[in-house]
Amino acid sequence: MSASFERGYNAFKEVLDAPIASFFSSCVHCGLCAEACLFYTETSDPKYTPIHKLEPLRRAWQQEYTVLGRLAKLVGLAKPVTDAELAEWSELVYDSCTLCGRCSMVCPVGNDIAYMVRKMREGMSAAGHAPEGLVTATKRAIQSGSPAGVKWATVEATIKRVQKEFGFEVPVNRENADYLVLMSSWEILNYPEYLGAVGRILNRAGATWTLAQDAYEATNSGIQIGASDLARELVGRIVGAAEQLKVKCVISPECGHAYTAIRWEGPNLMGRPFGFEVKHILEVLDDLRKAGKLKLKGTLDKPLTYHDPCQISRRGGVYEQPRTLLNQLAPQFREMHETGTLNWCCGGGGGVSANERAESLRLTSFKRKKAQIEELGVKTMVTACANCRVVMEEALEHYHMDIEMLGLTELVAEHLDEGKPNE
Amino acid sequence: MTPLELLTWARGPGLSIALAICAFGILLRLFEIFSLGRKADLSKAREHSPGSGWRTILSRSLPPPGLMKRAPVTYIGGYVFHLGFAITLFFFVPHIELVRGLTGLSWPGLPTQVIDISAVAGLLALIAVLASRLSNPVKRLLSGFQDYLAWLLTFLPLATGYLAFHHLLIDYTLALALHILSVELLLVALPFTKLFHTVSVFVSRWYNGDIFGRKGVAS
Repeated sequence: MSASFERGYNAFKEVLDAPIASFFSSCVHCGLCAEACLFYTETSDPKYTPIHKLEPLRRAWQQEYTVLGRLAKLVGLAKPVTDAELAEWSELVYDSCTLCGRCSMVCPVGNDIAYMVRKMREGMSAAGHAPEGLVTATKRAIQSGSPAGVKWATVEATIKRVQKEFGFEVPVNRENADYLVLMSSWEILNYPEYLGAVGRILNRAGATWTLAQDAYEATNSGIQIGASDLARELVGRIVGAAEQLKVKCVISPECGHAYTAIRWEGPNLMGRPFGFEVKHILEVLDDLRKAGKLKLKGTLDKPLTYHDPCQISRRGGVYEQPRTLLNQLAPQFREMHETGTLNWCCGGGGGVSANERAESLRLTSFKRKKAQIEELGVKTMVTACANCRVVMEEALEHYHMDIEMLGLTELVAEHLDEGKPNE
Repeated sequence: MTPLELLTWARGPGLSIALAICAFGILLRLFEIFSLGRKADLSKAREHSPGSGWRTILSRSLPPPGLMKRAPVTYIGGYVFHLGFAITLFFFVPHIELVRGLTGLSWPGLPTQVIDISAVAGLLALIAVLASRLSNPVKRLLSGFQDYLAWLLTFLPLATGYLAFHHLLIDYTLALALHILSVELLLVALPFTKLFHTVSVFVSRWYNGDIFGRKGVAS
């Protein structure tokens, strides 16, 4: 079905639920959400106030689902939502929101604004107002299996590299394994060391694992663009592979929104709970540690900090695990001033990094993270999301900052005690 | 109509009508919200979480770290107004007497000096937040007619109550009648303006805490 305003408006009506109605009912226009949003704090432009980004959705709610709003619409007193308005709002909904949910943590009346922006995107994409970069990435993901166009042949090349470098076999399509390992395009293309690290850690722990030829890509641009049908198709590939191979647990890689897509939205997109577990790699590392199966040796003795990927910590609940690991591995681990579930986003989440027209705004918004790093004075930053990493590496380059970025899984693997398993 | 007749109407039929509209409005608005429903979340919630809907209902009353410094007028103005208004409303002895007359319920009041201070503090805070709404670009962008109407409807009961109590400017009977009428306007507007947050805040905070809580996050 092609995009149209009517489809978009119907999608608005479809996504409006009791939580959203209570959120709009409670908003007192205090403007505090702006103070929590890096797109506002770094630009001082009031149009980036989070709740303002939802104005067309709010009016749709008011005019469709409140008695007074419907009366006003009937007598022509209500300002209708128009296609031109949605076109204008595209920048606010896609370029200046990373779905980081920091506003949702500070709103005094408890509005989960990120929840609403995610829902509003369903209508925006149905109306044809999603940014081109994201639309293209989503199409590629549906057609080729990955938003970056990474095909299985590329994954095979990565597998060969890893096998050669680390001397272990990377299992593919193995049934009944403990873990199904997924990757993001970034990990396949830019950070093959991730696969090497996970393999070494799981092998050392005596766990069985596998890759799946039909489901190697964990990212889901359908979630970012706001197209549930496409998101379902992409999640469905992973669910299909996990069920076919009868794995116990699917490991979401170092990628923020992939975790949201599979762990939290996945069962809702598929319309049923999963028979397998979904864990972020940091949760798996922590499980192994607790079970005494993750033995580490040595430390990285230099001042470093941890950047919380929003979808992993604030929107995912994985904020203690990386700290437990870092406290063990890095004696000079320091926290940024605002961190954990109140961290500041890298500026490229929620599809912003794949949206070319948002580039300049994304770099401006990075000034928040820049200030945090400078305040701490460290030269090394660890994270657990390949997208955060790429976005920040690019921005650090842009601002001529000499900061080294590390993936946490990789750091753990580098300090793995690789003596015999039963020692 | 003499001031006494006005007062008699305001105290009698006026109050009943206002309370009826307010109660009906609240039920209607709650129905509007809950009738939209909420799909069951099929993802597996975390077993242990420091967060929950009930927790967030309370915790959202405190500013998150760093925010007080970024928006002091909003926070301090907000606290002083809400506390001043609530103390004046619930602990002024004649107000308690009114509730006792209507429902039989009563509780101890506070000395009039305390009520006086809380009312003045509430009024000053309202003026401060209005000034902030007019001068802060974010608030100005978000504000419409309703925001200023809600402000006025909140300001009037405090202001008229203060005038009546101190026998200032206008005749006491008239001041008292105007005070009660202003409260009635507030009651009528409450369900249909942003003043409805008085009720819906418990719902929205609960949903927020529930959404975050099942993921293991205390919001």
